[in-house]
Amino acid sequence: MLEVFIFATLNGLVTGLLLFMLASGLTLIFSMMGVLNFAHASFYMLGAYFAYSISLYMGFWMGLIFAPLIVGVLGALVERYGLRRVHKSGHVAELVFTFGLAFLIEESVQFFWGPTTKNYQYPDILDFPLFTLFGQEFSAYRGFMIAISMGIFIGLYRVLTHSRIGIIIQAAITHPHTVSNLGHNVPQIFMGVFGVGTALAALAGVIAGPVLTTFPGMAVVLGSIVFVIVVIGGLGSLAGAFIASLLIGLLQSYAIASDVGMPDLLNLLGLSFERSHPLNDLWTVTLPQIAPILPYLLLVLVLIFRPTGLLGKREE
Amino acid sequence: MKNSKNSLKLNGLLLASLLCLSTVGAAQEPVRIAFMDPLSGAFASIGNSGLKQIQFAADYLFNSKGGILGGRMIEIVPLDNKQSPTETQIQFRRAISEGLQIIFQGNSSAVANTLNSTISRHNRRNPGQEVLQINYSAVDPILTEDNCSFWHFRFDSHAVMKLNILTDFIAMNEDIKSMYIIGQDYSFGHVVSETSIRLLNEKRPDIEIVGNEFHPIGQVKDFTPYVTKIVSSGADAVITGNFGADMVSLARSIIDSGLDIPIYTFYAAFDGITATLGEDGKNRIRLIHNETSNPYLTEERRAFNRAFKAANPDNDVTQPRIINALSMVVAAMEESQSTDPYDVALALEDMRFITMTGDEVWMRASDHQSFQSLHISVHTDEGIEFDADNSGFGLYSEYHVPQEETIVESSCQMRRPRR
Repeated sequence: MLEVFIFATLNGLVTGLLLFMLASGLTLIFSMMGVLNFAHASFYMLGAYFAYSISLYMGFWMGLIFAPLIVGVLGALVERYGLRRVHKSGHVAELVFTFGLAFLIEESVQFFWGPTTKNYQYPDILDFPLFTLFGQEFSAYRGFMIAISMGIFIGLYRVLTHSRIGIIIQAAITHPHTVSNLGHNVPQIFMGVFGVGTALAALAGVIAGPVLTTFPGMAVVLGSIVFVIVVIGGLGSLAGAFIASLLIGLLQSYAIASDVGMPDLLNLLGLSFERSHPLNDLWTVTLPQIAPILPYLLLVLVLIFRPTGLLGKREE
Repeated sequence: MKNSKNSLKLNGLLLASLLCLSTVGAAQEPVRIAFMDPLSGAFASIGNSGLKQIQFAADYLFNSKGGILGGRMIEIVPLDNKQSPTETQIQFRRAISEGLQIIFQGNSSAVANTLNSTISRHNRRNPGQEVLQINYSAVDPILTEDNCSFWHFRFDSHAVMKLNILTDFIAMNEDIKSMYIIGQDYSFGHVVSETSIRLLNEKRPDIEIVGNEFHPIGQVKDFTPYVTKIVSSGADAVITGNFGADMVSLARSIIDSGLDIPIYTFYAAFDGITATLGEDGKNRIRLIHNETSNPYLTEERRAFNRAFKAANPDNDVTQPRIINALSMVVAAMEESQSTDPYDVALALEDMRFITMTGDEVWMRASDHQSFQSLHISVHTDEGIEFDADNSGFGLYSEYHVPQEETIVESSCQMRRPRR
């Protein structure tokens, strides 16, 4: 039991931290522009595909460096020449723009790389078990994933709270006019944040591609869950996104590891149903079976009991 | 003003040329066959690969040799159902309005079931304009059992037939003492789980089922938590009916965890899967399928593979049953000298067809289920003449079961239309 618990925790940590890399950019972009970027997970997919193509010629490490840079520049261009123009027409137009962009990116990926799964592998140097516990291996690559995402979180947090640029960004979020009156170029800051946000998503894609497989559906699989995290954490809150990411990562992991389900609950209550009962499917459902949809359940609960999210501030 | 006049003229010209074309074409009107499968979205790779195979088979086997029924060409009309039952209904309407009467469909039993009931209803209400469903891959047994229909033909062995053979094969392996079953949470996944448990209990009561897990289809990002459970259960082998991304991710997670046990599957090859598994999956992943893979038995089949590869360097002949299904439909048309679904259906019943590999396919009349030899192949790079995904790895058939031994009873009580 202990081994299952330890590995469930580690797995949850890996998933949670990965989700955070996506959610951090999304939540920053939202707090600045007031728009949920529906194409965010598509930049994550682009990161994985660029890294795959680069790794074919120059190896994994070059992909790790250059793919996020390329995607970051792409993101900045999208903000400068796409979103900023659409911004004049209001939030709905921006929302629709990013929504369309997500489709466009998915179709482009299929067009250029084809619809099949890509053979994107992690480097041989990380292809060994980091440690073996109770006969189970924990791969070095997963350790590497944890290290990278922890590094990103700490770095991002320090930049935002302790550096001059971070203070300007924070100020630009809440008081854009004051900041621009002080002589700062607010649109440029927005463009920069959008670029960094998409680069972070791409970095997540680069390191997730080899383990979660690189295929055109990878953005869709992760896209919705990232929104769930941003909403649960509180829109615009970096710390909230961090807590929500870990919460969801661990929640899913523990749910899968558990072996309880409705039959246990019914036993506890002393109830039983025939197999022929019309709701048989409901009475036999187990926690692992519904684990991937638990975050959405959590979302509903959070929206009912704490609509601002865990650390979000209520908007006036 | 001038513009509109010009376009009017142009329209007139177009119309005239169209009329010309149709009068020329009337004598040799093509035989149009719909191919309805996911051509966009998450499962697009399987659908597109199937489309390339049926188009190539039509051209290579028939059109390049002067067509069928005395010179008529086969035209494959792709219809994208995005593997969704709702979209299938829309595309079915489109097929009707375009006058298509033969529909090939394979991906997802849920879609096949929808199409089956839609076609039955349509055919009942529109006598004389019936539609025929050619199911080349959906393997939920119910389609040729309780929900069997005169208008549905299945050219793949259904899940229970395949599991019958697969469990025989597993039962022979004395090293396997415990089994873990994991699958997608929908009709096919449940059929695989229930049938495997029942058959293993009959054949090897000493094999303990240490896990029986379902996960939502296409929703799981990371299979590692599931694999952690497989490892701690101490299972000696895994059975899964997963396909597409769910199959690759599961296999990768098992491999990455360092767990060295055999994985028995239905769909763990081709369309990027083989390349992704590569060296790590060697001799560990096995598939049950009809039609042999490497070594290919006849020169005819090898020539077909080579020609296909020359025309489609990025694809492989992944589903020979598509080719067999098309060939049998054509044979039925030739035999009845008709493209009317009713005549074709009658001709297909009880047909015995010899495939390019020299294998016999028998279409049972009572439930429209086909029977053909079944094979278990291993993922390897040894003895591979035709690899998958240009990876050097491919499938090597190591266990063969002749057609007679694959035959199972059916509960089908078919309602036959009167004419």
